[in-house]
Amino acid sequence: MAHAPAHVDPNADPVYFQYEDIDQQQETYIVGMWAFLVTEVMFFGALFLTYALYRWKYQGDFYHFHEQLSWKLGGINTTILLLSSLTAALAVHFAQKKKTKWQVGMLVLTILCAFGFLGVKTVEYGAKFEHHLFPNKSFVYGEAAHEAFEKEFGSHKPGTFTQIVEKLDGPEKHQEGNPARARLFFSMYFAMTGLHGVHVVVGIILFTALIYLIVRKAPTITDYIPTEMVCLYWHFVDLVWIFLYPLYYLIPK
Amino acid sequence: MSATAIPATQHHGEKKTYLTADHTIKSWLLTTDHKRIAVLYLISISIFFFAGSLAAGLIRYELTSPRGHLLSSEAYNKTFSAHGIIMIFFFLIPSIPATLGNFLIPLMIGARDLAFPRLNLLSWYLYSIAGVIALLAMAMGGVDAGWTFYTPLSSLYSNTQITLTLLAAFIAGFSSITTGVNFIATIHKMRAPGMTWFKLPLFVWAHYATSIIIILGTPVVAITLVLVIFERAFQIGIFSPELGGDPVLFQHLFWFYSHPAVYIMVLPGMGVISELISCFSRRPVFGYQFVAYSSMAIALLGFFVWGHHMFLSSQSTLLGVVFSFLSFVLAIPSAVKIFNWATTMYKGSIHFRTPMIYALAFMGLFVIGGLTGLYLAAIGTDVHLTGTYFIVAHFHYVMVGGAVTAFLGGVHFWWPKMFGRMYNEFLGKMSAIIIFVGFNLTFFPQFILGYLGMPRRYHLYYFAPEWQIYHVLSTAGSTVLGVGFLLPAFYLTYSLFKGPKAPKNPWGAKGLEWEETDPVPITENFDHKIVVTKPAYDYDAEEDSKLYEPEHKEEPALTGGKH
Repeated sequence: MAHAPAHVDPNADPVYFQYEDIDQQQETYIVGMWAFLVTEVMFFGALFLTYALYRWKYQGDFYHFHEQLSWKLGGINTTILLLSSLTAALAVHFAQKKKTKWQVGMLVLTILCAFGFLGVKTVEYGAKFEHHLFPNKSFVYGEAAHEAFEKEFGSHKPGTFTQIVEKLDGPEKHQEGNPARARLFFSMYFAMTGLHGVHVVVGIILFTALIYLIVRKAPTITDYIPTEMVCLYWHFVDLVWIFLYPLYYLIPK
Repeated sequence: MSATAIPATQHHGEKKTYLTADHTIKSWLLTTDHKRIAVLYLISISIFFFAGSLAAGLIRYELTSPRGHLLSSEAYNKTFSAHGIIMIFFFLIPSIPATLGNFLIPLMIGARDLAFPRLNLLSWYLYSIAGVIALLAMAMGGVDAGWTFYTPLSSLYSNTQITLTLLAAFIAGFSSITTGVNFIATIHKMRAPGMTWFKLPLFVWAHYATSIIIILGTPVVAITLVLVIFERAFQIGIFSPELGGDPVLFQHLFWFYSHPAVYIMVLPGMGVISELISCFSRRPVFGYQFVAYSSMAIALLGFFVWGHHMFLSSQSTLLGVVFSFLSFVLAIPSAVKIFNWATTMYKGSIHFRTPMIYALAFMGLFVIGGLTGLYLAAIGTDVHLTGTYFIVAHFHYVMVGGAVTAFLGGVHFWWPKMFGRMYNEFLGKMSAIIIFVGFNLTFFPQFILGYLGMPRRYHLYYFAPEWQIYHVLSTAGSTVLGVGFLLPAFYLTYSLFKGPKAPKNPWGAKGLEWEETDPVPITENFDHKIVVTKPAYDYDAEEDSKLYEPEHKEEPALTGGKH
């Protein structure tokens, strides 16, 4: 939400005409940012509610499904994001101290962390696609299902998932969790981590724009508030992951 | 920018207003002025209102015969879906906040603009894009799942333009969210010196409450609609029972937003009514703080009653009882408002001008709509009445009788401020009365129909031909109602070009928007620094009232024209 002018003029008045003074402008920005973050909380909130419902209904199944996710890669990503939150907080600190070089340095580090996170995520997603765990037409879960799938449709032909499920109906084949619920679990996984990933990408764009404006000495950026706003957003993105990690990667038996 | 804005002056010494500041089309489409964006919104929502009304007319015409004589079942489903989607997402939700709210909130609190003017413009563009997508979806075949998009019909079975329509509703949601964030930041931080929370006009309080609902509710429905889109694209199974999903979860998520959304539609209307009643009764609003808090109470309680839409959708009886109780509790703050408006009028000096007649129509219709809501909040009667025309009638009494009437009243009240012209007072009063009569004739028979068991969304009732008389009455009423809505479209448009110039404060109203601005505000809103000392609604019933009188009077205006 950085209100940056298209043509950067270092001598322009940093206070927009609707505000009385810089203090009012900054306070308003912060209120606006928090109001926006409330909408973000509710946005993810609906998904967390959906997750809670199905976790409660299918706890045993969810335990089996979660073994398909690598807690180590997730852990690495958690560490990377926590680190990026630290660098973001330091960026605000240096912005307040007017140490612009340090501020930009910290912002660059944050962006690097964000790319690191996306890199690990790409590896994870790639593995899921390879194992037919992305919920499109070729989705298959479990060894028995794989066998049935290959028997019925050949190795790589798309098939109708429900047909397979009907064939597998019976508790003895559910040691890996009921495959009928697997699609639900991985749908939720991709919906929630995917939406989170979109937020990470938006964060990278915001940080880049911020650095550009700082380097160009845009008048609206002379003060720490724009940095604080983008970093508030980033902490939110971090916070969402802090909940996503245990909910998907660390499900107890 | 220095503290006081420099008044923009023309060569001839006449001040430029926000309307005359620049005439190019570009200056309108790229404007960040809240007043111009309000005008853009006013034009757009009017277009959608007439599109939605056309669909309503088709529905009413079809129902005059028990066997239908115009539309196939499929076309009928698409027609009522189009009516609901257009009216709710593209008219009712943005109607008052995006036009009157946008125009008036900065003027009322003494600010030069909203907090984030560019975000405000973005909101209008999002709305327009969403509107175009929705109309495109209708042109490409339409939607048959109703405005509620219940799963699994919408996610699995319907073969119509659901995905595109959901996308439109999703984008419209973001238009609404940006407006909400903007209002909250503005009302918190942009008030002029001296404008404390309890000097704010109740219109602003109502919009504050509305904005809170918008930012808490809209994201939830937005992500839910996305899940339905995914479900259609990938069969992901979140709402599909055969994959372990729960179709009722959709109803929970949908109504968590969509019940509060009816307060998004009606709360701003209540804000308008507070202004109108107090101005035309020449008395401060009785129990100002109670009315302000009742808006906040409605916003808060509105989030805890959604289950009353689902008494028959696999909800446990205990949960049903709790939701029923909370729904009854919610009637209290609404009643507080009605009683306080009535008390405001008591011993006031009442002027029956057009906006006041709309306000009185609102009170009458809203009371009927609200009280019939209690029949639906009680589980026992709801089992009989849910899914019938009783619901349809109740909903329209609150939404059309409430929100639309308030919207029209507000437009008539602030029309001179927005455009600097007076409309024909006689035609104005006629339109208000025609709408009131036509509305009751349209929707009262539907209460009876619903009680007798006519299900909503049916277009054939050959099994009960005795219902035809009520349908014919209702259709006749809708014709009258249509005339009532067309009248203002004509005389208001006419007044823009030929109407007499409005004085600065034609109603003798109090409030910064009337007392401190030019007849039509300049782009910066105020040409001097605003410091607020007076309380809101500083009216005095004893004071000699000066209301605008047209040069050629059609009738004595002060006594309401009855002699």
